[in-house]
Amino acid sequence: MDVAAEVLSNTHLSSDYNVLALAAPEIGRQALPGQFVMVKSGDRLEPLLRRPFSIFEVLRDDSQAIGVSLLSKRIGPSTTLLYEAKPGDRIQCLGPLGQPFVPVAPPGEAWMVAGGVGLAPFATLAEALRITGVKSKLYYGARRADELFHLDAFQRLGVDLELTTEDGSRGTRGRVTLPLERDLKHRAADATVMIYACGPEPMLAAVAAIASAYGRPSQVSVERVMGCGLGGCYSCVIPIKTPQGKPHHVRSCIAGPVFRGDEIAW
Amino acid sequence: MVTSLSVRIGSLTLKNPLIAASGCFGYGTEYSGVIDIASLGGVAVKGLFLTEREGHPPPRIVETPAGMLNAIGLQGIGVHRFISEKMPELRACGAVVIVNICGTTIHEYVELARILSDVEGVHALELNISCPNIKEGGITFGCSLHGTADVVSAVRKATTLPVIPKLTPNVTDIKSIAKAAEEAGADAVSLVNTFLAMAIDVETRRPRLSNIVGGLSGPAIRPIAVRMVYECRQTIRIPIIGMGGIASADDALEFMIAGASAVQVGTANFVDPLIWPKLLGGIESYMARHHLKTLDELVGTLDTNAREKEWISS
Repeated sequence: MDVAAEVLSNTHLSSDYNVLALAAPEIGRQALPGQFVMVKSGDRLEPLLRRPFSIFEVLRDDSQAIGVSLLSKRIGPSTTLLYEAKPGDRIQCLGPLGQPFVPVAPPGEAWMVAGGVGLAPFATLAEALRITGVKSKLYYGARRADELFHLDAFQRLGVDLELTTEDGSRGTRGRVTLPLERDLKHRAADATVMIYACGPEPMLAAVAAIASAYGRPSQVSVERVMGCGLGGCYSCVIPIKTPQGKPHHVRSCIAGPVFRGDEIAW
Repeated sequence: MVTSLSVRIGSLTLKNPLIAASGCFGYGTEYSGVIDIASLGGVAVKGLFLTEREGHPPPRIVETPAGMLNAIGLQGIGVHRFISEKMPELRACGAVVIVNICGTTIHEYVELARILSDVEGVHALELNISCPNIKEGGITFGCSLHGTADVVSAVRKATTLPVIPKLTPNVTDIKSIAKAAEEAGADAVSLVNTFLAMAIDVETRRPRLSNIVGGLSGPAIRPIAVRMVYECRQTIRIPIIGMGGIASADDALEFMIAGASAVQVGTANFVDPLIWPKLLGGIESYMARHHLKTLDELVGTLDTNAREKEWISS
């Protein structure tokens, strides 16, 4: 469904990142972890197209869904408009769209791997995993300490945190795949571990490769340049492995954005 | 006042002049959960070859001022899978299906026309002789008078379905191409396909599309497309299906006044998949406001004497 969602609040987390709370009760009610919305910033011809955003949180009032929030990083004209949005503004929001994460069941464990703004789909996934009692851990990498967000909320959900920064200002210095690989090396082979990842595509490729190397399944949420979000334009395709060997382009908006890490021809 | 929005395109009657543009609406079935696709005048499905195609690698689109470039490369499931996998649902929905067909040779267009002529629920054929994004076939025909005439007359002989060549604007004189299509037996012409264009990332000096060049669509091209419809209207008698950047009812009306009997909407459907009832409502209220009972009273009624009249009356 497409709603002209009222901006309830716009929290600036840094000079680049913001969390936009939108009044969209029906989208909030239907949303599953890993799904996204197509957002039109402003009502002008520029920027023309909508942009896809993972649903960050489902907002509730007395357990009733009242809307969703989006975690956005300012990288261009659309995200700048979202960064500058004021409470009371209306933002056109189509969704929820796409295939959600497939949750792992206990006694399986969920290891979530987030890079930067790729944190977005994991707040709702962590919530869903807590309800079913799945032990979960978040590997979260950013450029600097002040770009690691929402940590308290994950802690409240009982998620173990493993942080990395590129400059070493918090957690392990280096890439988020370092602690992931270290822990995979030491985890008992008979334990069920599902790895979930969202972030830049090279990170996703690395996570999928590491997961495969240690014989673990992975689910990755990809972000490709998307035109419509509904399967109409064929722009957001990603190559998927086929038995014939030649990869096949599938639309990440309707077949994804969540794929098995080992099915993508990286 | 009872108004009729119905439109005749050859032997085909559309309930209204709004058609989903090929390449912008998947196979139609992608949108059946979003809108009632039978409420559209027609659905032009994504261009089909005889066989499946993978298309170009991403990035396949890039946004530009008031528009977008695409170089999808006609990824598609091929005509046979379309008939078995998509047509049952399209028939069940009651959609008016216009199948856009593409070939690298005239023989392929003819073969596609033969195959589709026997399929229940296929209402018309749109001949893609204008895709700017593939190397062989397609636009090679649409860029020459003989190529256009040869494809159209060959398909004309192979089918009784309405034949609608879709013309490229990437030519010196589109009206002569439209004339060639008419003389070769086309029932109508669609115009325009996208404008060949490109965009460059100056920091990396790389093209923004993997195919380097792509087709420009969206509101940015609308004034050129309107002019081309107007020129063709002066030259041919068969109906014109106009398109190019339509994003509002006024945009659609502009094309119709310039001479389009029906219009297609593409890029704007990406921005707003629920645009269709808004466009229809806008056209209806315009007709009521101008006391028009049928679209015939509107199509091609550009008043070129208006400035002179204003001068006299002032």
